[in-house]
Amino acid sequence: MSGLAILIPVAIFLGLAGLAAFFWALSDNQFDDPDGAAARILDDDEEGPEEG
Amino acid sequence: MNAPHLARDQVPAEESRFAVPGMHCAGCISKIEHGLASHAGVHAARVNLTSKQVSIAHDKALSDHDLAEIIRGLGFETSLIAEDRGDHDAAAAGRELLRCLAVAGFAAMNVMLLSVSIWSGADGATRTLFHWISALIALPAIAYAGRPFFRSAWQALSHGRTNMDVPIAIGVTITAAISLYETIVGGAHAYFESALMLLFFLLAGRALDAMMRRRVGDGVAALARQSAPGALVIESDGSSAWRKASELRRGMIMQLAAGERLAADGVVLEGSSAIDASLLTGESAPQSVGPGGQVFAGTLNVAAPITVEVTAAADETALADIGRLMATAGQGKSRYVRIADRGARLYAPVVHMLALLTFAGWMLAGADWHQALLIGVAVLIITCPCALGLAVPVAHVVATGSLMKRGILVKHESAIERLAEADRVVFDKTGTLTLDRLVAENLDELTADQKAIALALSRTTRHPLATAIREALESEDVRAVALTDRVELPGTGVTGLYGETRVALQAPEEAQSTPSVALIIDGDTAAIIRFRDTLRPDAEEAVADIAALGLPGSILSGDKSSAIRPVACALHLTAQSNARPDDKCEALERLRRQGHHVLMVGDGLNDGPALAAAHVSIAPGSASDVGQNAADLVFLGDSLAPIPFAIRAARRTMAIVRQNFGLALIYNAVAVPLAIAGFVTPLVAAVAMSLSSLIVIANSLRLRAVR
Repeated sequence: MSGLAILIPVAIFLGLAGLAAFFWALSDNQFDDPDGAAARILDDDEEGPEEG
Repeated sequence: MNAPHLARDQVPAEESRFAVPGMHCAGCISKIEHGLASHAGVHAARVNLTSKQVSIAHDKALSDHDLAEIIRGLGFETSLIAEDRGDHDAAAAGRELLRCLAVAGFAAMNVMLLSVSIWSGADGATRTLFHWISALIALPAIAYAGRPFFRSAWQALSHGRTNMDVPIAIGVTITAAISLYETIVGGAHAYFESALMLLFFLLAGRALDAMMRRRVGDGVAALARQSAPGALVIESDGSSAWRKASELRRGMIMQLAAGERLAADGVVLEGSSAIDASLLTGESAPQSVGPGGQVFAGTLNVAAPITVEVTAAADETALADIGRLMATAGQGKSRYVRIADRGARLYAPVVHMLALLTFAGWMLAGADWHQALLIGVAVLIITCPCALGLAVPVAHVVATGSLMKRGILVKHESAIERLAEADRVVFDKTGTLTLDRLVAENLDELTADQKAIALALSRTTRHPLATAIREALESEDVRAVALTDRVELPGTGVTGLYGETRVALQAPEEAQSTPSVALIIDGDTAAIIRFRDTLRPDAEEAVADIAALGLPGSILSGDKSSAIRPVACALHLTAQSNARPDDKCEALERLRRQGHHVLMVGDGLNDGPALAAAHVSIAPGSASDVGQNAADLVFLGDSLAPIPFAIRAARRTMAIVRQNFGLALIYNAVAVPLAIAGFVTPLVAAVAMSLSSLIVIANSLRLRAVR
């Protein structure tokens, strides 16, 4: 039982963290252009990420 | 990485979006973005490779036409995309569904973790604790992720109707409530994970559906953009002023330069010129007009300046008539009910009745209300249409993806369904069966000297026929002779002096059956150059292929019968000529009344109403803005082969969809009796739901294997 008391909160916390990360990525428009993101990594001229 | 390239301090004056289907790699992205950004007036350009679009923030001074020219100059075919508020709404809705999907997925996984422990034997205090933790995760998650269904179900119920979302909303709510009750009294079974899985699968179907749901382009709005923004008006005091199209009135005098589009219908007062009316009529050869000639808004003055008195402006023009025709023609399409919705209309009441009867039956059989309710809920859960919810969207998304790879864009959510039903095809000629440029037919009959003179003369004017001569001769590496005294005679042709000899390219004296030009040397007709439409490559095979698919075809064109005959003969099609936009609609309506589902293939503005009125429509990528917006599908490239390909793909998709429905029905035939008999525990429900959904997805993925 004592193992459960630690593991269950940990599992739920990790799940929530993943969920939060997904929400952030979604609101950051990271799913708008998956193909473009994959291609742009090959572009040498691209400046670093800007905030926006 | 995905942050837009916008400089933040400057607010872009205007934003335009273009479809650039030809880009496919990092090199294309940087070429377009940098190429555009280096132009004065362009603030920023951002490519979206997934949707093959580029959005450009630019000065108002740069027109969309200029921007398209810049992109073409970079080596990419492009067309403007109408800025559409509906697109943003659809994107926002899709995003909300993704959020709900993520929450449902997260909660389902965690609750399943706890449920598996219970199923493997946890009992007593542990089971109760796990049930409570499950409730703690599941209830807020259901409240959040279930919103799309609750909202839609409520809307349907408050209008006294029912839809697929009603059994879902009721099922999920009752399941959650009874699971909570079980948890409180320390019962053995809680169905939290069933409710969450149900939501997860259904949301997955909805999210896929939302990806498909691009708002139909507004053909009427595109039409408005097609017309000229205004004209130079000569006031009564002799001064001239630029007036917007909406300010033009009957009786005003417009001054029109060569290359300018008319903003209103009118009668030519002074000057003679050639008018390119292909936008309105589909006729490829420009027509000569002189004083007294009727000209229409939306047509292009190609040869010389003319003065026009306005006879109809704003809403009264022939162009505005097309707009109204298109608006009414499009209404039938919005009434089309998709197969999934038709299924739901039958399915929802049956499911409700079944669950209710089960509950009543068990009550009558002497079970206590708690057990009867539990079994009734099990029926509701098991019949809830996981597989049905996925049956259509998964197949559609897979099919759309494979069509996209072949350069066919599906623009309307029910386009695939309607295309699969088509049993008759009607083609426009100009720009659809033929390429939208004329080709000089018999230039090899000319001597080398005549060619050199013809080339020199053709460089004098921008007339389309001269352009066709010039392009053909330049590609043969003909060297032009030097001409002096070159003059363009508006409405007739061009003339010049070659040494002492007067030479000219002009309309032939005798009427010809095909568009043609006479080469005059020293007063004598040296040669008559004839022009013809060029068929698209493989048009013949494609048309035969379509006919073999069970879609007999015909031509419906605004062009003259003499121009259509060679095309119709080459393709073995019947044809109707001189069809105005409303004639086209009428012809389609006639076919519809005969019980045909017509596939319309057309490109021009004059096809707009027909494209909107047909059961389903396809436009080539070279089509006018209006044509592309009114069509359900757009194919890219010169070849017509994508049309039979799309028809096959659509039929295969619908076959898969029907198989999916069949699978879902078989599943129900097995699972429902079990549920009614009371054998369905949460474990059985979970397995049944996942299994049926996975089978449907796997079946749909077979569509990826398209040749």
